[in-house]
Amino acid sequence: MDAIVLQILNGLDKGAAYALIALGLTLVFGTLGVVNFAHGALFMLGAFCAVTMQYLLTLSTRVKDESITFFEAYKEVPYLEGWFGDWGRMIIDYSVPISILLTIPVMLIFGVVMERGLIRYFYKRSHAEQILVTFGLAIVLQEIIKAVFGANPVPIQAPSAVAGSASIGEWFGLGPAISYPWWRLVYLTFSVVVLAGVFAFLQLTTFGMTVRAGMRDRETVGLLGIDIEKRFIIVFALAAIVAGMAGTMYAPILAPNYHLGMDFLVISFVVVVVGGMGSLGGAVLAGFLLGILQSFASMTEVKDIFPGIDQIIIYLVAVVILLVRPRGLMGRSGIMET
Amino acid sequence: MSAPTTAAERKKAISDPDFDVSTRQLPPRGPETKPMTNVDKDWLAIVAFTVIVLGMPWWLQPLGAAYPDLMQKFAIYGIFALGFNLLFGLTGYLSFGHAAFLGIGSYAAVWSFKLFTMNIIPAVLFAMLVAAVAAVFIGFISLRRSGIYFSILTLALAQMCYNLAYSVLTPITNGETGLRVLRDDPRVLDAMTGTERTGSLIGSLFGEKMVGYPGFYLCAVLLIIAFYIALRIMRSPFGMMLRAIKSNQHRMIYTGFNPRPYMLTIFVVSGMYSGLAGALLAITDPLAGAERMQWTASGEVVLMTILGGAGTISGPILGAGIIKYFENIFSALNDSALSSAFSFLPPAPREFLVTIVSPFVGEGWHLTLGILFMVIVIFLPGGIMEGIRRIWKLVTRRGSSSSKTEVQPAE
Repeated sequence: MDAIVLQILNGLDKGAAYALIALGLTLVFGTLGVVNFAHGALFMLGAFCAVTMQYLLTLSTRVKDESITFFEAYKEVPYLEGWFGDWGRMIIDYSVPISILLTIPVMLIFGVVMERGLIRYFYKRSHAEQILVTFGLAIVLQEIIKAVFGANPVPIQAPSAVAGSASIGEWFGLGPAISYPWWRLVYLTFSVVVLAGVFAFLQLTTFGMTVRAGMRDRETVGLLGIDIEKRFIIVFALAAIVAGMAGTMYAPILAPNYHLGMDFLVISFVVVVVGGMGSLGGAVLAGFLLGILQSFASMTEVKDIFPGIDQIIIYLVAVVILLVRPRGLMGRSGIMET
Repeated sequence: MSAPTTAAERKKAISDPDFDVSTRQLPPRGPETKPMTNVDKDWLAIVAFTVIVLGMPWWLQPLGAAYPDLMQKFAIYGIFALGFNLLFGLTGYLSFGHAAFLGIGSYAAVWSFKLFTMNIIPAVLFAMLVAAVAAVFIGFISLRRSGIYFSILTLALAQMCYNLAYSVLTPITNGETGLRVLRDDPRVLDAMTGTERTGSLIGSLFGEKMVGYPGFYLCAVLLIIAFYIALRIMRSPFGMMLRAIKSNQHRMIYTGFNPRPYMLTIFVVSGMYSGLAGALLAITDPLAGAERMQWTASGEVVLMTILGGAGTISGPILGAGIIKYFENIFSALNDSALSSAFSFLPPAPREFLVTIVSPFVGEGWHLTLGILFMVIVIFLPGGIMEGIRRIWKLVTRRGSSSSKTEVQPAE
């Protein structure tokens, strides 16, 4: 029982990352009709926003070390610490949550520029060409990041207040074996809030209503005198911001490296397909489902029966789903029906 | 190709036993000019291609690429891209998992070296057979869907192969270390014939070790054969069916054709091409690793094909050559090489130029590749071959309007 709960918890945070990326992918696909292979790169850019923020906050100056008296010693002290003392140290400690403030404008600008500068010329072109050009863009972004930040993963610290593990088992009376890192709990909460926010935005606002209408029937919405193109730019930027924030918050869990985006992209596409192209709920459901399945498959008990299953479970599920339910779990008819 | 055709040549074309009436084009109105028939053009293309490929050691000399290791890479990746193009160029099905067949071919060839003999003929045949079996399996599953679903299914299945090669199949693939040929492998056939292997363990053909120039000529000859077969496929009624699938599958079904068997056949053929390329990689360097199957490798063959021109026959080979050439040249450039290249400049602008250029070469050459690729997809979706055709049209526009024959994409 404990093991099962533990695996579900372990799967949730990975599933949350999948769900956030897949949500943006399927949103862009459903509205703009564009298959965006560069979406994983947006996740990676978000993660590197955290790296940049950490670098900026810890910019240091050399000062004389007063504690050592018998020779001239210098130590590196971050400017912030020098200026604000303990407050500065606290700001540095909270660099990951603070970098969200950097991620949002960066991804907003990047999303709008990408849509206006590149994607909009590909609305009328085939899906194969959309895949190819965004794949090229993903390579370019990845290589730029590699040139700037190097090829090695950059470790990012979570705030020390949430450094340890939460003994979730004791909260629910399930035994002390179930413990869960605090930061993953934060990540999970954050994802749920973001997901709920996006859904509320689309379901409850007039803007969201027109976007949903545009997903259903773009022409009719246009005939009603609504400039749907303009709204779709915002949708694209929204998807970019969601992916970026997911990347930023994921940085303490997995040290960001330049091919992070590609790694997540492949799985996110599988998630979108399993959930059903253009279905937002399906993407979220499939994201969490596949995350949990993956962590179950990596249990030793399961691996003893099916060796190597943890490596292929996601792809296997995708193949089975596509063959049995071609529209995916919650796919609507009429989208990509060929 | 609009070489002037004389009446004599025309007569020859008609008396040619291979001449196919259905491919004959109506002569244009006007003076005595007649377009070449497809059969004529094909023979011209094959002869020209043979000359170009076998002449590589000479005409690549000024480009600094005339050494066998690089040239055999051109040939091998040419075969790989040719095979990919048979699928993508003809039918429009974008497979993102073709590297799986490349890897499978490599593993199969190395196993043939280990188990049977160091002779390369069984290795090539075995690799193509195994790749074909894998392609039947993967194709049967992924061809049930089309469009982006097909791309994702092939991607998922190839990633599955890659992950399996790293984990469960380690006894077969030797995991991260990579599979290599060892001195004490059984090699049943060699033991039976009493052939004793001395020296380094390299695949051989009739006692000739496949390194250096023999290795290159082997790859070159196979590339020419592969080119010929691809040309025949494109010209055949079967190729016409595949193009019909690309242009309108529904209409094809309405006229009473089932596209599935055609698709599966070309998928398997394409997989066998990749298997052959994988086998050649293993022959010229008897080591097979799983990284050959990673999806970035599948992306590379897509890049080659698009860069050269999907759907044309020589485009993918050109693309493969260009990418492998620049990979080799660019990745060797570093800052000091750059400064010496710009040494004619005064120091300050030289430093500036080196700083500007250095992120794009050496380690960062993939950046150049990515940008080039985006530019091609955005501005020239037909690849370099379309660019050449456009320039050709500009040049020949001044000629007589009667010579305006639409050039076949296969040229």
